[in-house]
Formats: sequence, C-alpha cells, structure tokens
Amino acid sequence: MSNNYRLSTGGQISRSEPILFKFNGKTFRGFKGDTLASALLSNGIHLVGRSFKYHRPRGIFTSGVEEPNALVQIIKDQGKTDPNLRATQIEIYEGLNATSQNCWPSVKFDFGSINNFFSPIIPAGFYYKTFMWPASFWEKVYEYFIRKAAGLGKSPTKKDPDIYDHSYHHCEVLIVGAGPAGLVAAKVAANAGKKVLLVDERPNFGGNLNFSNSDYNKINGLKPLEWIKKTCLELQNNKNIKILNRTSVAAYHNYNYLIMVQNLTDHLSDKNKIGKIRQRLWKVRAKKVILATGSIERPMIFDCNDRPGIMLSSAVRKYINTYGVKCGNNISIFSNNDDAYETAITLHNKGVKIKSIIDIREKSDGTLPKKCIELGIKIHWKSAVIYTEGYKKINKIHVMQLSKDNSSVIGRKLKIDCDLLCVSGGYTPAVHLFTQSGGKLDYDEKKHYFFPTKNTLSQISIGSCNGTFGLKNIISESQEKTREFLNIKEVEQLSVLEPKSGDFENIWLLPSNKISGKTKSFVDYQNDSTANDIKLALREGFKSIEHVKRYTTTGMATDQGKIANMHALGIISEITNTKLGELGTTTFRPPYSPITFGALVGRNVGQFFDITRKTPIHDWHEKNNAKFEDVGQWKRAWYYPSEKENMHDSVQRESKAARTSAGILDASTLGKIDIQGSDASEFLNRIYTNAWGKLAIGKCRYGLMLNDDGMVYDDGVTTRLDENHYIMTTTTGGAATVMGKLEDFLQTEWPELKVYLTSVTDHFATISVCGPNSKKILEKVTQSIDYSDSNFPHMSFKNGLIDKIKCRVMRISFTGELSYEINVQANYGQSVWKKCMAAGKEYGITPYGTEAMHLLRAEKGFIIVGQETDGTVTPVDLQMDWIVSKKKYDFIGKRSLYRSDTMREDRKQYVGLLTNDPKEILEEGAQIVAEVKNKPPMNMIGHVTSSYYSPNLNKSIALAVVKNGKNLKGKKLYVPMPNKTIEVIVSDTIFLDKEGKRLNA
Amino acid sequence: MLIIKCPYCGERDHSEFSYGGEAHIIRPKQPTELSDDQWAEYLFMRKNIKGIQYERWNHSHGCRRWFNMARDTSNDKIHSVYKIGEKPSN
Ligand SMILES: [Zn+2]
Repeated sequence: MSNNYRLSTGGQISRSEPILFKFNGKTFRGFKGDTLASALLSNGIHLVGRSFKYHRPRGIFTSGVEEPNALVQIIKDQGKTDPNLRATQIEIYEGLNATSQNCWPSVKFDFGSINNFFSPIIPAGFYYKTFMWPASFWEKVYEYFIRKAAGLGKSPTKKDPDIYDHSYHHCEVLIVGAGPAGLVAAKVAANAGKKVLLVDERPNFGGNLNFSNSDYNKINGLKPLEWIKKTCLELQNNKNIKILNRTSVAAYHNYNYLIMVQNLTDHLSDKNKIGKIRQRLWKVRAKKVILATGSIERPMIFDCNDRPGIMLSSAVRKYINTYGVKCGNNISIFSNNDDAYETAITLHNKGVKIKSIIDIREKSDGTLPKKCIELGIKIHWKSAVIYTEGYKKINKIHVMQLSKDNSSVIGRKLKIDCDLLCVSGGYTPAVHLFTQSGGKLDYDEKKHYFFPTKNTLSQISIGSCNGTFGLKNIISESQEKTREFLNIKEVEQLSVLEPKSGDFENIWLLPSNKISGKTKSFVDYQNDSTANDIKLALREGFKSIEHVKRYTTTGMATDQGKIANMHALGIISEITNTKLGELGTTTFRPPYSPITFGALVGRNVGQFFDITRKTPIHDWHEKNNAKFEDVGQWKRAWYYPSEKENMHDSVQRESKAARTSAGILDASTLGKIDIQGSDASEFLNRIYTNAWGKLAIGKCRYGLMLNDDGMVYDDGVTTRLDENHYIMTTTTGGAATVMGKLEDFLQTEWPELKVYLTSVTDHFATISVCGPNSKKILEKVTQSIDYSDSNFPHMSFKNGLIDKIKCRVMRISFTGELSYEINVQANYGQSVWKKCMAAGKEYGITPYGTEAMHLLRAEKGFIIVGQETDGTVTPVDLQMDWIVSKKKYDFIGKRSLYRSDTMREDRKQYVGLLTNDPKEILEEGAQIVAEVKNKPPMNMIGHVTSSYYSPNLNKSIALAVVKNGKNLKGKKLYVPMPNKTIEVIVSDTIFLDKEGKRLNA
Repeated sequence: MLIIKCPYCGERDHSEFSYGGEAHIIRPKQPTELSDDQWAEYLFMRKNIKGIQYERWNHSHGCRRWFNMARDTSNDKIHSVYKIGEKPSN
C-alpha cells in the first residue's frame, strides 16, 4: 500500500519533498503539505481508531478541526507525548510518530469491541446507571474499566521540554478566519488604512475556496486558487495588516478580548524544532472584531452511518483537490443539497468513478446536478441510504425510496457496492466564537440552522458563519458589511461566477425500514451516542437540552459536538414537537479546540511560576547553611544545621542559645507600614482593639487587629516615632492585605482623616538580637544610644547610628528575652548583620531561624496569627481580653464581640497542653476529645495549634484551642492518634517565666 | 475580561483591578446602639442582583484608589464609574 490512492498530478503538496512518518508503528510515505489524514488516505488507510463506548471501527471523517474520529497521540522522546490531536490538522514532518488513541490492544483487533455485541446494555445514561453503586467500586473497577476501555489518550510522564510564549496585541480590527469572506474583509479594511490582524487556524488561507471547482467558481475572472494567491500577496505587502496562520482563536471574551494559540513548530521536522518556541498564546484586545469563521458540513443520520469509508463530501473534495488524494475508487454520494454535486463532478473529472448519487430531494434545478446528469452519473432522487455494510471499511449501501412525507422508506431495497460514501447534510454556521462572546442566535426554520442575531460588542459576522451561503452572496456581504462596520466610503467591486444552486432539504433523522430501537444511527461519533440514546433520554423524562446533553454525553467530547450538536437538537425538536428556535442550543464554551497546558502557562514555569522574595541578608543565610521555608512569597531562614545536626537538634541548639546567651534573627520580612498625618493616632485607635491616644513619642505598643466580624486578623508592634508619625509592623503573610484594608478604610469609610500610608516592608532590614547578652552586643554595634533601663526601657525605641548609618532600635520581644530590633535601610542589612555577628562572637551569638522563633514564642504562649487563629477566633477566645479596650466607643470588630455567638461561654478557647510523658510531642493539627471511644466518630472539642519540645524546660509543650478551655485548666483530655491515645493536661498558655523577669535580665 | 475606566487613570485592563463587593454600604456610626440583627444586616447581608449592580473596585495594580462602578451583571456592561463619595451619573 504505497500511495495507491495518490493521483499522479494535482494538489498543493510538494511532490519533490517526500516525507517518511510512522503510524501505529509502521512507516508510511507522504509529501510536504500533507496532513496526517491525507497521507494515510493516500496509502489507503481509513481505519484510525475505535469508538468510545462500543469500540466500533472508525475512519477519518472530515478534513479539519471538526474531526470526531481520527484522534491520535503523537509520541516523542523521553516520556513526552501529545494526546487528543486530530489527524486532519497535523501537518506531517520527518520524524512524526503517531498512534491511534482509542484502541486496545490494537486498531485491527480490539478487545473492547465486545461492547458492540452487548450494546443494548450500554444505552444513554449507562455510566450514570451502572457506575453508581457500590461507591467503593469506583476506584477499583469502574475507573480502571472506563480509562482502559475509553482510551482517552495518554498523559506525558516527563516535564514538557518545549518553550511556550505569551504575547499581547492591540488592533483596530481583528478578522477571524481567512476564507473568502475573511480575505475580502481584510482587504477592504487594510486598504482603508485600518490596523488589521487576520488569523486562521489552517496553514493556508482561502478556506473552502481552496478546493472548490475552478470551472464553476471564479472571482474577477480568476480561478479560486489564483484569486487567493493574488489576494494573499496584496495583503502581505500591506503594512497595515498582520497575518497569522496556524492560529486558532480559543476563546472570545467580553470587551473584545480574545485568546488565540499560534502553532509555530509542530509542522517542522524534529531537527528544525530545536530551540524554537513551540506555541504562542496571543491575548488580543481588538476595537472591532469581524468573525468569518465559516461553516461545518453536516453528516446524515442513518443506520450504521459510522463505518470507515463514510466521509463528509466536502472533505473528499478537499482531499482530491488539495492533496491529490482520492478517498475511494468506487464512490457513492448521499446528499440533500447541491454542494455534494460539486464533489461528484470534481471526482469524475479526475477519473474517479461515481457509482451513484442518492438525494433525498425530488429534484434540483441547480447547475451542478444538471451537469451530473449530462455526465451520465446515476442519481437516485427522493431516496435515502438506510444501512451500510462492511466491518473495517464500507463495502455496500442499502438504498430505499422515501415516502411522500419523508416519514418512512418504501419500495424495493437496492444494494449498491462502493468503497466510499460521501455524505452531505448541508452546512452549519460555525457560531461558536459568536456565542462565546455573548451573542444570541436565532433559528431559521426554512434553512434549518442557527445564525447570529444580537450581540452587545463591536462585532460582526460575515460569510457562512453568518448563515450566508454561495460565493457571490458571501463576497458581496463581506464587502458591504465590512464597509459599513468600519465606516469606509468606497470599496473595489468584485465580479463572481458561481453555479446556480438548487434548494436544500433537511431530515434530521432519516427513516429506516427497521423497527425503532434496532438501528445504530450515530449522532455523536466521538462520544458514541446514537439517535436512540437521545430518544431514551427523552422517554426517561429529560426535557432540557442541557440535561439531554449530559445524560447522553452528546456533544461533550473533545470536539464539543462540532459535528453532532445540530442533529441532536433536530432529533429532540422532532420527537418533542418543539420548534428548534424555542429549544435553544447548548452552550459553546472555550476553548474552541483543545489547547496545551504549555501554551496557557507560557514562560511562567520553574522559578518564574511565582515571585520569590529574599531579604537583604539572604546571601549570608545561604552561605551559612540555612534551610529555608516559604512564608508567602518570602524565603525565610528556617534553621541553621551544622554538618552533624538534623532539624530537631539544630532548632534545640538555636532555642537554647537564645535564652542562655544571645540569638540573632532576620525579621526583615515582617510587614512595615509608615503611617503619617495629624489623625494617625485616631486612626490607630479605630483599627486596633486597644487605646492609642496616649502612647508617648518613642514608645512601642502591641496591637491586635480584628475584622468587623470580631475575628483576629493581624497583630504586630507599632512605634510612635513622632507626634504624627508611626511605624506599624504586621505579620509577614498579612502585610499586603493589611495595607489594602487600611487604605480601604481611609479612602472609603473615613476620608476625613488626615492619614497617609506607605508600605516600607522592603525599605528596611530588621535584625532582632535577643538573650541575656543582647544589650552588650548592641552597645558594641551602635553608637550614641544609652541602653540603661531607665533611658531605654522595654517597649521603647531610639534613633541611633551604626558608623555613619542611621538606625532605629526598638526594645521589643517576641521571645520573652531581653531583645532589641535594629532597623536599617535595606542595603545595609547584611553588613549590619555581620557586624552583630562579629560583636556577638565573644558571647557565642547564634543565628536562629523561624522554627526556633516559633518554639521560643510558644514557651511564652505568644500567639501566631494564622497558627493559633484561623479566622474564627476572637481576642476573648485567645484570653487576650486585656488588649480589648472597654473604654473606646468603637473600633473595628468591637460590636461583633457582643454578638450572642461570640459571647458563648463554650467557644473554643486558647489553652496550653502538657503530656504525661514529657518526651511525647503532640502532632500539630491533632484533634482533642474529652471522652475516648473504641473507634471514631468521637466528639472532637478542639485541636492542637502548636507543639514543640522545649529545650529550656526539658519537656514537650503544646498550644491548642479547646471548647470551654478557659474552665478546663488542670483537667485531663485526650488526643487520639492512629495507634495510641495520648493523655494531656490542660495548662496555662505561658510555660516559661510567667512574671516576665527575663525581659529585664 | 473588562476594560475599566479608572476615574483617576483612565482605561485599563481588568487584571489591574480588584473587586471589593457591594458599594454604598456605610459602616454604622454607632454600632453599639444596634441590635444583633441590625448589625448582622450591615455585616453579612449583600445583594447579588441580575442587572445593574453598584460595586466597589480598587485599582490595586495602578493608583491604588478605590472607586465605584455601576455594572450590569447580566452582560458585564459598565454603565458608569465614579469616585468614592460621588453619585452615579445616571
Ligand atoms: Zn487608577
């Protein structure tokens, strides 16, 4: 089988460039310009896969994006593979290796086809009905069965090595589709000086005109291909227009925002792909959009209409004209319109035998049917194909006459041998993008299609996507509508020659000589749903078209029913006796055709996936073997293990050092907001729970911030630098949202307050030195600060100098130790840190990370917002009533603290937990119960929020929230774990130095 | 994806903005004098209408200013944008 079906001349392929490719392991030959489908057909291969449910053999059906059957997987090196590609769109290249996707174990012998013999048990809703129960079967049986049987392609197992790109584009006019309508519109727009972007998903422009019969179709006296070539050349030379081929519009959003995917290298040989961008995702904002997306030919719905060798008539015409490939040697055509006759004449003129044409119409007075009669082609008028024969390839059709009202078939059954059946059920406007954009459709009861009517955007539809058919109509509409839409005065007139066309007649579901229920008339090839499935769904009471769609899965495959939808609707309309216009359509959702994840993600992979924020001291941490933890976007030093240490050892050593001599922490990630203005004090009064009016200049105060629902939202220390100047610190994770919330209050709720906020998080490096020797170290590092307790007490601040660098030093503590926080301009952060390390060397100063910091504060019972709190915890729950002002008339969250729910006594409250065995460390997040049962469920009364082994107390400690915990001190509770139950005693939350003596050590 | 005309900066892409819920809900001046129900009404109850809805937006990746918008939720058409404290133009 080597190119037996390739004609010796003709087509737009490059015959001097043969290409070898693999399909299902075998090597075949095609030419440059072939698609995988045309190359396979030239080798006589129709059978490309198995159907989804019944595993019936299926062949190439179309020549484009609408293909439901010929889904293939492209195999590449090293675990890389692309599933769900349509053979009709893949341009072959040297090295292409494709396999059928939906067959197992092989396309010729298919195990799943047993389903075919049992098909009465796989009706509509089969999956819903069968795979419902028992639930445990889902994982073990059903999913395995479905995946294996359905063969929906394989996912790649390795990282995608290809490069993807994103690009933004703004234009005056975007034209989608470069068929005759799009080309004409582009020329009109670009000639008038408009900035135009013209895109088409195919490699070549011209649309269906590319393969129309040149004897019957002419523009300005030129043959179709000549006109296309001339027009494209003119457009290419026009500076106003940008042209993208192989570019598919995936989504059309509101405000003329369109997402497009451009294929840049998929058609190149593997060698030529190297180092190039594979796909580019275009994000386009267009002032105006012209949709010229064309139309999709319909199949005919009759018994066994799905065999390999049954193809759309226009596709067969494209294969012979564009690729020089005949799809059969002995051809029958089944039609309800004149377009199929153009295929017949084209094939006939190229020497391919047309056995018969079966036409459901009584007659046609069009040019082309007349010509067929002249040519001696046998036409069976008012007849229908009622059945086909042939397992892996069609070999016979059964034909009967239609009754007068088309409701049944009559007369003698005629059997006609053939190796190809072209079907043509008319054309459906491709309105997918139009409806995605919010446009509304109307149904034309005479022409039997939905067409665009209302839309709210600056947009028009032209050509066959607008329901306009016939070359003459399409071209004159494109010129006129584009002219009007873009306010252009005059356009060049074009003369068009086209065949006179007879009327089109429509039958959604063709009658059969079999009793209802015994036929297999496929509506959705890809999801294997038949006309009977739709009937069954209706019998079972599904009325809404959206429900029928989901129950039968019609139109829900990767092709989104590009072929199937109209007939499904038509059949429902006939059975329920509802007008199609009233029935409406299902929703077309983006993407129009499947997109790769790579294109969506673009360059935002690896280190570019998210922003990484590093403190000015990051390099030092790295050099000193710090392990890092992610806190929001920040990398924070987590712990600094020595060579022999594991995490536990390291954290224990760091925590011990901080209490016995000196520890140093990089706290630069804390959020910092500079607050200035004459109403700054009043502002703080309103947003914090405690009072701020009387805070003296040079003093610091801890504040708790609530939402208006009374729940703790953030906390931190704020320092009064001057009369009208404060610096607020927030949690690391909360910095941006706190800033946003404060801005919100100032701008919208209290615009009368004179307060100005500036985020200065990144402007300062913050170094915290704590421990009994911290004061001595600070004295060495800074000049001109008197560290005596009387001059510089706890919760106060001093301006100072480190060499010539200005610094702010706060005496505040999150560890409970004597502790100072140095703030310097960020650029000096690392040098000041090193200075502290040098000054602290004699005291064995020890850098400690966030883990030790968490441990140290837990020993003191200090909360961490987001660890002890989760958005459902009030200050009262935290037993922090002391920080909630009773005197203030109002603050954010105050009223909610007096709601019946927040005042409940038995809310979860903040407590400490101690285990019987001091070595036993609870698991954070573990549930707490008062009463242990043999097995779950047990009544959970709280959970562990923080848990550590304290090296300073030589025992484990934990913090928790427990129902009514306030009143449970000293009581025994339980923490049930998978293989044991741990007994705990409720304790105070402060485990170390209850009196706070160490702050002044 | 909307194109939003910030009253301070002009037309910008949707991605520069963040949504801030229903507009014209004024925080009560005397919360302590409200009943639980009245407070809950302010705190929790928001409209979700099909049609023109008044809502708050923040030009978060631009001038960081808050403003109001009258948007038809059925088709995303923006009828007007106006500054905080102002009334919609129609
Ligand atoms: Zn702005």
